[in-house]
Amino acid sequence: MNPTVIGPRTLEEALRALQDVTPDSRLLAGGTDLMVEIESGRTRPDAVIDLWRVKELRYLRDEQGGLRIGALSTCRDLLDSALARERADLLVLAADQVGAEQIKNRATLGGNLGTASPASDLGPVLFALDARVRLVSLRGARELSIDEFWTGYRATARASDELIESVFVPARTPGERRGFRKVGTRAAQSISKLVVAIVLRIDHGTLRGVRAGAGSIADKSLRLATLERELEGQRPDAATVERATRASALADARAIDDVRSSAAYRRRTLQRVMHTLIHELIEGAR
Amino acid sequence: MERAVTLQRPEGPDKVTGRALFASDLKVEGAWFGGTVRSDVARGELLGFDFDPRFDFSRVTIAEPDDIPGRNLVAMIVDDQPLLCARDIEHWGEPLLLVAAPDAELLRSALASIKPRIEASEPQLDMEASERVFKQLEIIKGDVDAAFASADGSSTHVIEGEYRTDTQEQMYIEPQGFIAFPPDSQGTTLVHGSMQCPYYVQKSLARVFGIDPGRARVIQAATGGGFGGKEDYPSVLACHAALLARKSGHPVRMIYDRHEDLAVTPKRHPSRVRHRTLVGRDGTLLAMDIDVLLDGGAYTTLSPVVLSRACIHAAGAYRCDNVRIRGRVVATNHVPYGAFRGFGAPQVCFAVERQMDRIAVSFGMNPALLRQRNMLRVGDSTATSQVLRQSVGSEEVMREILGRTSFDVYPWRAPKTGRIRRGVGFSFFFHGAGFTGSGEQMLQARVAVELDREGRAIVQSASTEFGQGTLTMFRAIAARALGASPEDVLIGDCDTSAVPNSGPTVASRTCMIVGSCLAKACGELAARVGPGTAPFRERARAFVARDGDPRVEITYASPPDLHWDDATYRGDAYPAYGWAADVAEVEVSLDSFEVRVTRMVTAVDVGKAIQPQMVEGQIEGGSLQAIGFAHLEVVTSQDGRFLQDRMATCIIPTSLDTPEFEVALIEVPFEHGPYGAKGVGELPMDGGAPAVASAIEDALGIHVDHLPATPERLMELWLAQHPEEVFF
Amino acid sequence: MARAASRGGVLLSGEIDLSCNVNGVARKLRVPPLRRLLDVLRIDLGLTGSKEGCGEGECGACTVLVDGVALNSCIVPACQVEGSEITTIESKGLEDIQQAFLDHGGAQCGICTPGMIVMTRAWLEACERNRATPDLESARKALAGNLCRCTGYAKILASALAAVKR
Repeated sequence: MNPTVIGPRTLEEALRALQDVTPDSRLLAGGTDLMVEIESGRTRPDAVIDLWRVKELRYLRDEQGGLRIGALSTCRDLLDSALARERADLLVLAADQVGAEQIKNRATLGGNLGTASPASDLGPVLFALDARVRLVSLRGARELSIDEFWTGYRATARASDELIESVFVPARTPGERRGFRKVGTRAAQSISKLVVAIVLRIDHGTLRGVRAGAGSIADKSLRLATLERELEGQRPDAATVERATRASALADARAIDDVRSSAAYRRRTLQRVMHTLIHELIEGAR
Repeated sequence: MERAVTLQRPEGPDKVTGRALFASDLKVEGAWFGGTVRSDVARGELLGFDFDPRFDFSRVTIAEPDDIPGRNLVAMIVDDQPLLCARDIEHWGEPLLLVAAPDAELLRSALASIKPRIEASEPQLDMEASERVFKQLEIIKGDVDAAFASADGSSTHVIEGEYRTDTQEQMYIEPQGFIAFPPDSQGTTLVHGSMQCPYYVQKSLARVFGIDPGRARVIQAATGGGFGGKEDYPSVLACHAALLARKSGHPVRMIYDRHEDLAVTPKRHPSRVRHRTLVGRDGTLLAMDIDVLLDGGAYTTLSPVVLSRACIHAAGAYRCDNVRIRGRVVATNHVPYGAFRGFGAPQVCFAVERQMDRIAVSFGMNPALLRQRNMLRVGDSTATSQVLRQSVGSEEVMREILGRTSFDVYPWRAPKTGRIRRGVGFSFFFHGAGFTGSGEQMLQARVAVELDREGRAIVQSASTEFGQGTLTMFRAIAARALGASPEDVLIGDCDTSAVPNSGPTVASRTCMIVGSCLAKACGELAARVGPGTAPFRERARAFVARDGDPRVEITYASPPDLHWDDATYRGDAYPAYGWAADVAEVEVSLDSFEVRVTRMVTAVDVGKAIQPQMVEGQIEGGSLQAIGFAHLEVVTSQDGRFLQDRMATCIIPTSLDTPEFEVALIEVPFEHGPYGAKGVGELPMDGGAPAVASAIEDALGIHVDHLPATPERLMELWLAQHPEEVFF
Repeated sequence: MARAASRGGVLLSGEIDLSCNVNGVARKLRVPPLRRLLDVLRIDLGLTGSKEGCGEGECGACTVLVDGVALNSCIVPACQVEGSEITTIESKGLEDIQQAFLDHGGAQCGICTPGMIVMTRAWLEACERNRATPDLESARKALAGNLCRCTGYAKILASALAAVKR
């Protein structure tokens, strides 16, 4: 099993390589996914483009008060960055739970997004933060909302000649409160059963700017549209939260029974976890 | 009690530097790579194979059933398991053909180019529906039926319960593997690999190749964990590798990757245990009627012995005049189940301990006090009517655990509040050390010690080291018995051409049985060498120089006062028992029902801790496996195939899933054990799970009777009690 | 095999020339670009101290340091360690931790031990770099990607903490 490996050093070289390969080729970043896929025989690419040396893709910088994260940034890069902790604290929190140290040292944001696994720990955060994904090709660059980017089960809007160049996390709205919770199969190094990320403000006693993302409850990370709709503009009282979280668990979750958990568990736990998280945000505990 | 000096592991330096050679580390020039073609259905008839014509099969060697020179059988208790299945497929992943190739890449291509043609049939996957019984047995004491019949309903209660445990994967971190060599000029076949029982492997090779056992040489490599999972399966793997080596004429490495290991090697027997208990008003156990059902999987393998141990332990560490235990282990088309630390005892211990908690609830009695009322003490008789004459640490263990935790005054199952519920639970248990009944007498374990010219003592035993501390423990015993320096005691390699058959390294027997033979052998050798003021090594050197006979071999003889009747299953089931009690503290989230075990306190009577640090290590490790068994380790199957087929999905506890451990070692010596030592390897596995389940019950007020107590299961139990919470 | 340049950068077919530094020794090898670093170490260099427990980056038995960073070598391809400094259990710089494991019962069967010791080194260095307290909770988290089935982790954590004092 010896695919041809192309080792670009610049973004331009990487984009040229993309033009030269067949649809059976794969992109290699940190290898935490692809190397396992190749070794197990589940994937047999004829060519692999190794992006690891494309330094242009590994950065964290201020942009319009927000944060632009190069696609090759690792979870470790996020954890070590004061800027990331300030601008995208929720993403840093999620990155800390992607896996154990060895995995965090290699797993990249671009890799995570490109794989678009329904169990992604980072995806829900990007939905909650209204992140944008920049795609580049030799034809130019375009930026999509995370919603436009992530189209379905392990599917994205990335064209075969495009690379994920970066993710943009907008500037934090003053007064924004953010919370994240992952329910896994054990305390560390686990595939998620449920992931929730919630962002909200309380303006003059009213819930505003409510955005929520969830994972492992559907075939992709998604926005909890019902939760947002039910909470936006409402008073942050117990009855509202109970009603909104129940409605969301019923409508937003497309949970299934699988090897890891049950649909019933995911739905109920989603409701409870959202409920607790929202109350914690309301009480300013986070 | 004087605490023994902690010795460093003899093999320690090699382990911490990475120099220790495990099976896959062995460098063999020109070795080929071996693999297996397996069935992809749980039941069916093998019609043949399709060989892809695009692959050049002349480059590889294929071994099939007809290539087996001796008998196509895995030597075990009953001759029902073929080494290679020729026609009737009985489980998913059953080995059909073996392939050896000069490199790993070619092997992969070859295996992908061979497809078995199988006419699948309906498998039997439900142990409760299976009518094919591998073994059944009955243990009777007193008269259970008469006790129930004459029960006065006003002063007695009848408590019933049904308890289940799912299977569990051993997950030794080193997958199974062997290197086999083609027969040499003398016709000797050599295998070198990861195992617990070299002589089991030798016996299997002898039968498969139709050779004298002396012509099968088995060497144990450093072995990365076993826990029973490498008790019988290595015989299969070694014979596979040897068959390929023989046919190809090359050494063959067969090292399983994790995926294959998870899919086809034996796991813990699933169980269903039913209890019906007659209890007096003061909480005294008056009669215990117990039914034990185990799933053995497709072939007999070790199931009769697992059933035996399960039944003997099914009534728990308690005194009761009327006991009936009926047990059976049945066949299904699951991958054969096998040995895993505890060997039937963890399953039945879970059941009886949960039953005791159920009794405590119905009587409003503290669970520890209920145990204390009924626990076996010196002079009492067990379910098999064994009178416990000595080394019964039940009272000491109980005193210690209550002293440390005050569980006897803990308001167990008092209502709790809060989103994170805390709970504390209790278990009390025992575990027989050594083989059951006449097993040790039949085994005739042998150990030798021999002096070399330098005056060092070499211990020769087939007992293997795979983490539990065999080498250190032997060194400690021998040094003490000889009056020698520990550095002057060496342990010979586990090579069947050099060491006598000490029996398998299982059943918590290595210290008590083999260790006692070793102590005896060393005592004799020391007497032969003679006393003196000079260090032992000098005296021994002089003794050897004088042509003194430097070798003593001892064969195990059962203590004369032990009697066991195999026909009635009555008598002295084990020479001695270890005793223990666990108190587990948990936190359970009402949001997610995730369980966090925060603390585990355990008091353990081991007779004598030859090496306390090592004993603690065994207790901590075994307890964490039990915690995993209790709530974390999920193994399920569909159509007879395990769904958790890689490490990412077949999970075990990480360092963050581990409680703070508090281990109290207690020593109530056993006169026939070396310096009073009994066994400890399996004991901690028995009580951890019911203690955690008991703690969950305290936290949530629900009765856990099915392991693992996953968040999904706990949620269902909670919602059954709080139906108003169901909105979906 | 020929190593041609494509428009997309260097084309790595067949085998690549890999230059790296392993435990202080400069090494030059010819290996397929996607060859697992674990195999480069164990098979090509004969350094069998790093172990394979799962082949999927789950158990940590293959942990090595690449430029000081702890990685699961079973999922790191050779083409990504060109020019790197690799530290394995065979390194001479681990003696303090190794002794701590010997003294405190941190190794039972020994298969997870190399990974544990290398990870402990990474943890100690990270604590120093970040001026963080190397305490029990920190050790637990650092070692969460190194699975052990024998010890229950208790004496591994004790060994790691003992290494702090050295």
